[in-house]
Amino acid sequence: MLGGDGKIIARDTPVIAIRNLYKDYPTPAGAFPALKGISLTVYPGEFVAVMGPSGSGKSTFMNILGCLDHPTYGDYELNGKLVSSLDEEATARLRRRTLGFVFQGFNLLPRMTLEDNVALPLVYSGVPRERRLAKARRLLEKVGLARYAKSLPSRISGGQQQRVAIARALINRPKLILADEPTGNLDSRTSEKIMALFTKLNRRKGITIVLVTHETDIALHARRQVRFLDGVIVQDAPTRKEEGTQP
Amino acid sequence: MTLFPGMFHEAWIAMGANRLRTTLTMLGMIIGVASVVLMVSVVQGAQSTVQESINSLGNNTLVILSGSAMMTGGVRTDTGSAPTLTMADAEAIGELSGIAAYAPIHMGMAQLVYGSLNWNGRIFGATPGYLDVRFWPLVAGENFTESDLRSATRVALIGQTTAENLFAGEDPVGKTLRIGQAPFQILGVLDRKGQSFDGNDQDDVLIVPLTTAQRQIFGTPFQGSVRAILVRIERAELMPQIQTAIVDLLRQRHRLREGQENDFSLRDLAAIAQFATETTRTLSMLLGAIASVSLIVGGIGIMNIMLVSVTERTREIGIRLAIGARKIDVLTQFLMEAILISIAGCVIGLTLGIGGSILLHLSVEIPIVISGSSVIVAFFVAAATGIFFGFYPARKAARLDPIEALRYQ
Repeated sequence: MLGGDGKIIARDTPVIAIRNLYKDYPTPAGAFPALKGISLTVYPGEFVAVMGPSGSGKSTFMNILGCLDHPTYGDYELNGKLVSSLDEEATARLRRRTLGFVFQGFNLLPRMTLEDNVALPLVYSGVPRERRLAKARRLLEKVGLARYAKSLPSRISGGQQQRVAIARALINRPKLILADEPTGNLDSRTSEKIMALFTKLNRRKGITIVLVTHETDIALHARRQVRFLDGVIVQDAPTRKEEGTQP
Repeated sequence: MTLFPGMFHEAWIAMGANRLRTTLTMLGMIIGVASVVLMVSVVQGAQSTVQESINSLGNNTLVILSGSAMMTGGVRTDTGSAPTLTMADAEAIGELSGIAAYAPIHMGMAQLVYGSLNWNGRIFGATPGYLDVRFWPLVAGENFTESDLRSATRVALIGQTTAENLFAGEDPVGKTLRIGQAPFQILGVLDRKGQSFDGNDQDDVLIVPLTTAQRQIFGTPFQGSVRAILVRIERAELMPQIQTAIVDLLRQRHRLREGQENDFSLRDLAAIAQFATETTRTLSMLLGAIASVSLIVGGIGIMNIMLVSVTERTREIGIRLAIGARKIDVLTQFLMEAILISIAGCVIGLTLGIGGSILLHLSVEIPIVISGSSVIVAFFVAAATGIFFGFYPARKAARLDPIEALRYQ
C-alpha cells in the first residue's frame, strides 16, 4: 500500500480495518441493505475521499466509522481496537481521543462562544476550564480566528465556522478526522481554503483524513479515492497526479 | 462524578443563553416556594400568638363563675351575673388537695378619671394572690397586701392599656385617680399581658382589693359574694378529678339537691386554649398542603420546559454525543439544568417569601415567625423537585440516537 508520500507503510497498524461489513436497515417492506460487504483498510497518514451518489451507502459507512452506528455484520477495527467489543463508555472515549468530526453543517453550538465550542470535547475528558480554553485559543489561532474567541458562531461566516469546527475536531489530537461533506455548504473559494487546511493537517501533522464528498474537484485533494455505489465499493484507487494539479 | 464541574458549567451556559425562558420556568418554583414560606411564617405566627395567650392565662388554670347558664326560674342569664359564689367558697376550695393557688375575683366596669383624662375601664377586685395565680408580674411599684384587703383601702394596680389611656406617658406609681368621687392610689403597674385568645385586651384593667371592689365600687346585695374564683392546680393530670371535687364541694356548700342544676359553672381555660392550638395546627397543615401543590405545579412547569428544551436542542445533543459525550454526561447536564433552575427559583422564592412576610408584619402587624427549618425544607424540596421532574426530560435527552439527532433540523 502506498502512503501519502509514496512510502511503504504497510507494517503500521491500520487506522481503519474493515472486513466484510454489512448494514441492514429495517423498513416496513423488509430489511434494506445499505452496505453489502465492504472491506477497507486505511493506514496512518492517508487522505481518503469517499465518493458516490446519495443512497450509495457512504453516509451509513461514515456513521459506522464514527462509532455512531453498529454494523449488522462484519468487523471494524479503529486504531487496532475492535469497536463492537467496546462498551458505551469505551466507545465514547475512543471517539473522543481517536476521532475528530467535521460536519457539512459545521454543527457549532449556537449559544456558546467559539472558544467554548472548540473546547467542548475536552469537557468530556474532565479537563479543567482554564486549560480547556487556553488550548482552544491556541487552536483558534492556528486556524486564524483567535480574534473571534469570545464571539458567538452567528458572528462569523460559514467558512470561518468550518475552520472553528476543524479546530474543535483537532483539540484532542485525533489520529483520524472524519469529514462529512465539509465543503457542501460553502462556495468554491472558501472550499479551497478549507481543503488547503485539511491538506496541511494531513501533510504536516500526519493526521489521517477520511472525507465524504460528491464534488470531483474536492476529491482531488485526497490521495486516494473510494467510490461507493449501491452499498459496495466499486472503485478504490490513488488520485492520479495529473488530476491532482490545480488550475 | 469527575465531570461534575464541567457539566455544571455547561448547564449554566445553557441557562444563561435563554434568560427569558429560564426566568419563566423558574416562576412556578418562585411562586411555590414564596407561598410556602409566606404561609408557614404567618401560620406559625398565629400559633405563637395562641401559645402566648395560653401562657398568659397561666398554666393549669380553672375558672369558676357564679351563676349558671340556666337559672331555676327558667330565665337564662349570663354566667357570673348572679352572685352565688362567696369568699368562703373560695377559701373552702383552697383547702382541697392539689390546688396550688386560688383567687376570688369581683369585676365590673367603671369610669376612671385622672386629671382631665377619663377611661371606662375594667375593674378587678382580687386578693393579693391573684397576680401569683395569673403569673402576672409588676413592672413598677408593688402589690397591695392582706391588710389592704382586710381594711378595704383605696389602692390599685394598673394595667398597661389603662395606664396609657389615663396617664399618657406619666409614671402612674404613687398617683391618685378617681372612681366616681373616691380617690385611689396607684401602687404598682402590671406587665403587658396582651390579648387573651377570646380577643379581650387583658391590659385594660385596674386591680383593687376584693373588699374595696365589693363595698366601695360596685356594692353587692350579698356580703362577701364574688363573681368568679380563679384556681391554679398543681399538675395538669389532676384537672379532671379536681373539677369533680370542686363541683361536689360547691354543690354541698350551696345545699343543692340531687337533680338541681349547678348555680355556678366551671371553665377549664387550658382546654379551650388547647383546642385553639389544634385549630391553628390543622390550618397550618391545610395551608402547607395547598402551598405544596403549587410547588408540584412549579415542578411540572420545569419538566414541561425541559422537554421542550430537549427537543429544541436535539441537534446539540447529537453534536455532544458525536464528539465524545457519554449518555450519562448528557443526562447529568440536563438534570443539572433542572436542579439549577429549581434551586435558583427556590432562592428567589425564599427571598420573596421572607420579604413578603416581613412586609405583611410591618403593614398589617400580623405576627410572623420565620423558622430556619422551613427555609431548609423549602430548599431541599426544590432540589428534589428539580431532580424528580428533571429526570424524565434528561433521560429522554440521553437516549437520543446521535445519528438521528445530528440530522434533526
